[in-house]
Amino acid sequence: MVYLLAAPLVGGLLVGWDRRISARMQSRQGPPIFQPFYDVFKLCKKENIVVRRSQNYYVALFLVFVIFTGGLFFAGSDLLLVIFALTLAAIFLVLGAYKASSPFSFIGAERELIQMMAYEPMVLLTAIGMYMVTKSFQVGDIAGYHGVPLVFLLPGIFLGFLYTLEIKFRKSPFDLSSSHHAHQELVRGLTTEFSGRTLAMIEIAHWYELVFLLGWVYLFFASMPILGVAVSLLVFVLVIFVDNVFARLKWQAAIRSAWAVAAVLGFGNILILSLLR
Amino acid sequence: MMMTLIPLLILVPLVAGLAMLLIRNDHVRRVIVTILVLAIGAASVLLVVAPDAISFTITAVSDHSINLAMNLTEAAMAIFVLYVGVHSRRPLIAVLMAVQAGLMAWFEYGSGSHPEVSQNLLPATDHFSVIMALINGIVGGGICLYALGYMKEYHEVAHTDVTDRRPTFFALLFVFVGAMFGLVFSNNLTWLFFFWEITTLCSYLLIGYTRTEESRRNAQRALMMNLLGGVAFAAAIVYLSRNACPLDLQGLIDSAKSGGSSKALVLLPAALLCFAGITKSAQLPFSSWLLGAMVAPTPVSALLHSSTMVKAGVYLVLRMAPVITETKVGMLVALVGAVTFLVGSLAAITAADAKRVLAWSTVANLGLIVLCGGIGTYAAVWAGVLLIIFHAVAKCLLFLCVGLVEHKIHSRNIDAMSGLIVRMPAVAVMMLIGMAGMFLAPFGMLISKYAVLMAVVDAAPVLSVFIVFGSSATLFFWVKWMGKLVEVVGTPERVRNEFTLGEGLAVGVLSMATFLACLLFPMISSHMIVPYVTGVFGEHAASLTQGNIIIMMIMMAMVMLFPLSFIRYGRGPQSRGRLPERRQRRRQGSIPRFGRQGRKHDDEQLLHARVAQ
Repeated sequence: MVYLLAAPLVGGLLVGWDRRISARMQSRQGPPIFQPFYDVFKLCKKENIVVRRSQNYYVALFLVFVIFTGGLFFAGSDLLLVIFALTLAAIFLVLGAYKASSPFSFIGAERELIQMMAYEPMVLLTAIGMYMVTKSFQVGDIAGYHGVPLVFLLPGIFLGFLYTLEIKFRKSPFDLSSSHHAHQELVRGLTTEFSGRTLAMIEIAHWYELVFLLGWVYLFFASMPILGVAVSLLVFVLVIFVDNVFARLKWQAAIRSAWAVAAVLGFGNILILSLLR
Repeated sequence: MMMTLIPLLILVPLVAGLAMLLIRNDHVRRVIVTILVLAIGAASVLLVVAPDAISFTITAVSDHSINLAMNLTEAAMAIFVLYVGVHSRRPLIAVLMAVQAGLMAWFEYGSGSHPEVSQNLLPATDHFSVIMALINGIVGGGICLYALGYMKEYHEVAHTDVTDRRPTFFALLFVFVGAMFGLVFSNNLTWLFFFWEITTLCSYLLIGYTRTEESRRNAQRALMMNLLGGVAFAAAIVYLSRNACPLDLQGLIDSAKSGGSSKALVLLPAALLCFAGITKSAQLPFSSWLLGAMVAPTPVSALLHSSTMVKAGVYLVLRMAPVITETKVGMLVALVGAVTFLVGSLAAITAADAKRVLAWSTVANLGLIVLCGGIGTYAAVWAGVLLIIFHAVAKCLLFLCVGLVEHKIHSRNIDAMSGLIVRMPAVAVMMLIGMAGMFLAPFGMLISKYAVLMAVVDAAPVLSVFIVFGSSATLFFWVKWMGKLVEVVGTPERVRNEFTLGEGLAVGVLSMATFLACLLFPMISSHMIVPYVTGVFGEHAASLTQGNIIIMMIMMAMVMLFPLSFIRYGRGPQSRGRLPERRQRRRQGSIPRFGRQGRKHDDEQLLHARVAQ
C-alpha cells in the first residue's frame, strides 16, 4: 500500500533529480526538482489526440500491470511472477505502439521488443541466482536473508543486472526505442503517437518502474539496509552518468552485448555457485 | 475379450477410418464425420466422468487372435515400407525397415519364450493416459471436423492442381486418431510399438498427400527418421525380452523403482525408448522432418503438431521419466531438450512463414517437455504434463487459424497478416487468444514454463540458462506477430465469410478450450495431474503454492479487461475529448449529430456503462 502511494512521489522526485544532475553534467542550470510533476499535470489537462482510440487501453493496462508488478514485489511475492508481470506490462506497451500505426512507433515498438529480448535473460538469471543463495523465490524471504549480502556471492549477476538496468530505463547507450529527445530519427519512437493523459500514464508508469527496479538493487544488500539504500541511489547516479557519457548503440550491438553479459557474468556466476554447492 | 470404453475408443476410429475409404460422396462423408467426431469427443469425456459406463464381453475374440492380427498388420506395413524404400531408391529406408522387421521377427518367433504381459491395456484410472486421450479426442476430433470444410476449399478453390483424394485423406485422419488412442492406452510394449508404427506410416502418407516432388521428399525424410526411432524401439523390446525383464510400461517403471540391479538392467531399454521418443517428437538433430511436414494441408500439420505424433514422442519420454531420473541418460535427454528449446526458439525468429514459425515453436516447446522428462522429478513431470495440455490446444488453434487466413488472403507470410484484426476480426481474435495461451503470463504455457524453470533450478541449475535465453526469444517472435495482427495501416477491406460452419465450430471450441484450460488449470492439476504424478513418485509435493495461483488468477482477471479494447477496432482516426467537451463541440457543429461520428459517441457511452458495471 505504501508503495502504491509513495512510489510515484519518490519516482517523480528521482526523475527530477535525474534531469537536474544531467543538466549539471552538461553545464546547464536544469529544471526544478518538481518539474516532472508539473509536466504530468499539464499533460493531463491536454486534449488526448490518438490515431486509434483503442491504443489508450493498451497503455492503461500497461500502467495497471506496472503498478501490479511493483505491488507484488513490495508485498514480498514470488520474484519469477514479478518478472512475468513486468514482461506482460511491457508487452501491452509494445502492442499499443503497434496499434498506433505510425512508422516511428513501429520502429520504436520493434526496438523495444529487441530490448526486451536483450534484458529478459539477465533478469531471469538474477532471480535464479538469488534463489540459489537464499533457497527461495519469495522477495520477502530474500529481503529477510541473514548472512553476507547477496552481492558478495553474486558479483557477476549484480554487474549483469546493472547492465540491464541501463536498458530497462531506456537510457543511453540503450535509448533505442524511445529517446527523451524528440529530435532524432526516431522522433520519439515508441511514444510518438501518445499524447495527453495517455502520455502522462506512461510517465507515471516509469516512475513506478524506477522505484521497483531500485528496490531490486536493494535486495542485493538486503542484510545491510543502510548500505542498500545508499547503493541503490548510487546506482541511479551511475545510470545517469552513463547516460550522459555514451552515445546510442545500434540495436545489434545492444542485444549482442546484453546477451554476452548475461551469458558470461550471469551464467558464469550461476555455474560457479552450482559447483560450490 | 472385455470390451470397455477404451478398446472401443481405439477400434471405432480405426474401423471407421477404413470405411471412409469407401465413401465418395461429400455430403455423406460430412454427416458421418460429424457424427463420429461427436461420438469420439463424448466418449473421451465419458472416460473422465464415468469410465465404466460401457462394458460387455466378446467371447469370439481372444488376446491371441488380437496379437495375430497385429503381427499380420505389422508384416503388411513392413512390406509396404520396404516397397517404398526400394521404389523411391532410398536404401536407408529399406535397410532400417529390414533391421526393424528382423528384430521383431526374432523377438516373436526366434528367441524362444518371452515374458507374458498380463494386462495389455492401461486402466482408465491412469490419469496421464486419460489426459492424452482427452486431448486426442477433443483436439483430434476438432481437426477432423475442420478438415471437412478446409479440404473442400483446398481442392475446389485453392489447389485445383492437386488430385482430390479426400476419401484416403479422411481415412488416414481417423486411423491416425485411433492409433493414438491405442498408443496412449497400451501397457504392453509390443502393442505400444504396433500403434507407434501405425502413426509413423500414417504421417508418411499424410505428408506426401499432395504427391508433389517436395512433399514426396519430405514424407520420405519423415519416414526415415521415424524408422530410426522404430529400430531403437524394437531393440528395446528385444533387449527386455532377452533379459527376462517385464515387457510392459507398468512393470518397467516398477522394476526401476525397486532399484539395484533391475534398475540398471532397464536403463538401457529406457534410453532406447527415449531415443525413439526424441525422434518422434522432432528433437534436434531430428527436427527437420517436422518442418518438412509443413508441405501437407493444414489439418495434417495441426494433427501432427498438437494432439498426435509428436505428442506420442513426449508421452513416452515422460513415461520413462521415473526410470531415467538422476541418471546420465536422464541428463543427456534433458540436455537434448534444453538445446532444442533454445535453438528452436531462435530459429522461429528467423522465419517469416507463419506455419514455419509455428513449427519451430512446436519443436521448441517439445524440447521443454523432453527436458522435463529428462529431469524426471516430481515437479518436472508435473510441469511436463501441463505443457502437453496447453500446447496441444493452443497450437492446434493457431494452426487452424493460419489455415483459414491462408485461404482468404492467399499468403501465410506473417507480414501479409498486417491489419488482420480489421480484415478477419473473428479469426484474428482467436489467433490472439492462441498466442496469449502460448506465451503470455498468466496463461497456460507460461504457467508451465514457470513450473519448468522452478523444477530445473532445483535439479540442474546449469540447464536453466537454456530456458532463460530461449524464452526471451519466444517472447520476441510472438509479440511481433501479435503486433502485426493489431496494427492497422490504411483502411483494409473486411473479408466476407471468414469460415464455414465446421471450421468455425472447431476453432471456436478450441478457443474456448484454451481459455478454459487456463482458467481451470488448478482443477485439472489437482484432479488429473497430481494423482498421476503422486502415483508414480509416491509422494506429494506442491509445485505451485496456493498464493501464487491466486496471484495468477488476479492477473488473469486483469487481462480479461483487454478485450474491451476490441470494441473500438478499426474505427479510424479519432480525437477523444471528454464527453461534455464533445457535446459542446457538437452544438457548435464541428461533430455531425448523426451518421458515423454520432454512432461512435453512443458506443462510447455504452462502453462507459460497461466499465461502470
